Amino acid sequence: MTNTLLTPPTAPKVADERVASKGAISTLLGRPEFGALVGAVAMFAFFAFVAPVFLQPSSFATVLYGSSTIGIMAVGVSLLMIGGEFDLSTGVAVISSALSASLFSWYFGTNVWVGVVLALVVSLAVGFINGWILIKTNLPSFIVTLATFLMLTGLNLGLTRLIGGSVSTPSIADMDGFESARSVFASSVNIAGVDVKITVFIWIVLVAVASWILLRTRVGNWIFAVGGDANAARAVGVPVIRTKIGLFMGVGFCAWILGMHNLFAFATVQSGEGIGNEFLYIIAAVIGGCLLTGGYGSAVGGAIGAFIFGMANKGIVYAEWNPDWFKFFLGLMLLLATIVNLIVKKRAETK
Amino acid sequence: MSKFSWRKVAAAALIVPALGLAACSSDGGRAPEAANDGATGAVVTTPKINVALITHAAPGDTFWDTVRKGAEEAAAKDNVDLQYLSDPDGGRQAQLIEQAVDQKVDGIAVTLAKPDALASALKKARDAGIPVVSLNAGEDRSKELGAFTHFGSNEKLAGEAVGEKLAADGFKHPVCVIQEQGHVGLENRCAGVKEKVPGSEILYVQGTDMTQVQSTVTAKLQASKDVDVVIGLGAPFTLTILKSVAGANSDAKVASFDLNPELAQQIVDGNVIFTVDQQPWLQGYGAVDALWQNTRGGFEIGGGQPVLTGPAIISKENAAAVLEFAEQGIR
Repeated sequence: MTNTLLTPPTAPKVADERVASKGAISTLLGRPEFGALVGAVAMFAFFAFVAPVFLQPSSFATVLYGSSTIGIMAVGVSLLMIGGEFDLSTGVAVISSALSASLFSWYFGTNVWVGVVLALVVSLAVGFINGWILIKTNLPSFIVTLATFLMLTGLNLGLTRLIGGSVSTPSIADMDGFESARSVFASSVNIAGVDVKITVFIWIVLVAVASWILLRTRVGNWIFAVGGDANAARAVGVPVIRTKIGLFMGVGFCAWILGMHNLFAFATVQSGEGIGNEFLYIIAAVIGGCLLTGGYGSAVGGAIGAFIFGMANKGIVYAEWNPDWFKFFLGLMLLLATIVNLIVKKRAETK
Repeated sequence: MSKFSWRKVAAAALIVPALGLAACSSDGGRAPEAANDGATGAVVTTPKINVALITHAAPGDTFWDTVRKGAEEAAAKDNVDLQYLSDPDGGRQAQLIEQAVDQKVDGIAVTLAKPDALASALKKARDAGIPVVSLNAGEDRSKELGAFTHFGSNEKLAGEAVGEKLAADGFKHPVCVIQEQGHVGLENRCAGVKEKVPGSEILYVQGTDMTQVQSTVTAKLQASKDVDVVIGLGAPFTLTILKSVAGANSDAKVASFDLNPELAQQIVDGNVIFTVDQQPWLQGYGAVDALWQNTRGGFEIGGGQPVLTGPAIISKENAAAVLEFAEQGIR
């Protein structure tokens, strides 16, 4: 520690690199999601080889569905991570959103769309509170969002039993507006004879919007700036507080979408669900090239990370491997994908 | 932006209730309170006793709601002050037992999902002279750990009952969907099925995420076309499996363990062929009532043998009768 402090910091050459023109290939290699892309292609080829049923269009639609429910959240989580924070409350926040929509419209007997709007308010408020406490207290996001995670878990259980009398919500399938809400959040689209879940399209749209924000707008620059060095960003006039709170609210928005999907796909929600999923979203973002330290990454990367997870998760079933080893294979797949990602990134950086 | 958000939140807080009043659902939702809710029945005149019911229930598991309802009803009738506690972790469940011993309760009802972890805590209860009954899990260890009786359904027997019925109906290749890897009770159910139908397979899914349950079961059905029946090990999971079967355009039938009103309805409608109910309400009721009976007259129900609360098979023939009770949350 002391030794490193004695050596004077060398002047960064970043400025030179930025103005130097790059070839198309090295630009591609330098993208954060490139390593994940290689990992995804390798995994796809692997499962196509060991389990031919994997290539069948209907199977692929299933893989995409499994990926999309991780991927929708991974969009918000990736952006938040680029902005230098992360969120442990995302898994239960999805269920909180679904519960508030379901319980509100059930208890007051309203059109379910009222519950849907209320859930959006709740989800954005959870994100806002996360960000606001983070800014006000200056605590690390690990502590703040861990606290939110615990509080939401307790609220989910406590309020659901208090309002509905059971730990799972009453069914709202027969209420007004359910069918129209289901067609928005949980329907399927038939493409060439294959039913593709609407979450897949929502996911793609979200990734496109997030990429546009990151790469083409001023807000995108702010996100990279606050993740890279918040103090430096503040010094050059980036609204750090607004950006960070906005990022948490973005995560809340994604949680709302996925929560609504859960609610309208299954009509009831069990209040204990969602715990542990926050790690999947973070894993997807990390595989996709987002750095845990912030300032680097992409929305597309998070999507590819979710896709890798979806392929591993479903591919093991298609390959009909011994289920006792399921979790082991899953872990191994994730580790390999991340290592491939790292190797490719390092090679790209040394070029 | 942060200031702006406050305004938005405030606006929404005003608009949503207004919308709520304007947009009422004509169907479904909360039923108006029944007129005789909380009816006062006769209560025994024996002195009030304290009973702790300590389970290994994970938070948010609907099954335990039913157990608790049974226990509460017995407590109401027997003039019992009931304390319900639960922790899925064996060590922490043992601490809850020790706390109950410290409080000098008059009886302890406990689930023995992890009997070894609870052994020393239960010895303390025995030494303090507190009567113990076990319920739901741990039938084979119950006596040894000092419980004077056990209320439950043997998971292996329940699995075998399912396997027998499936074999009789001509099914050859069931898939048994386990929502919690490493859960001994669930593994025993599937082992019981496999004993009777050797062609059966196990599929593990992540029970905390319904979307993953649905897509993984769909994947399984797409991968092996010879699957003829899928077995869910809990009512909410079975209902999700129904969607997977539809999504995979599979001809596989669906069978289940446990019960809730929606599942009972699906059996009435013929979409689920049957379910095996271990009658959890009886487990809660029986355990609390047995403790009262023990205090009242030194009775030991079951005569040293476990009292079986199941398996009861619910199929299309008797589902309609059960549905009514399922809607009340007692079946």
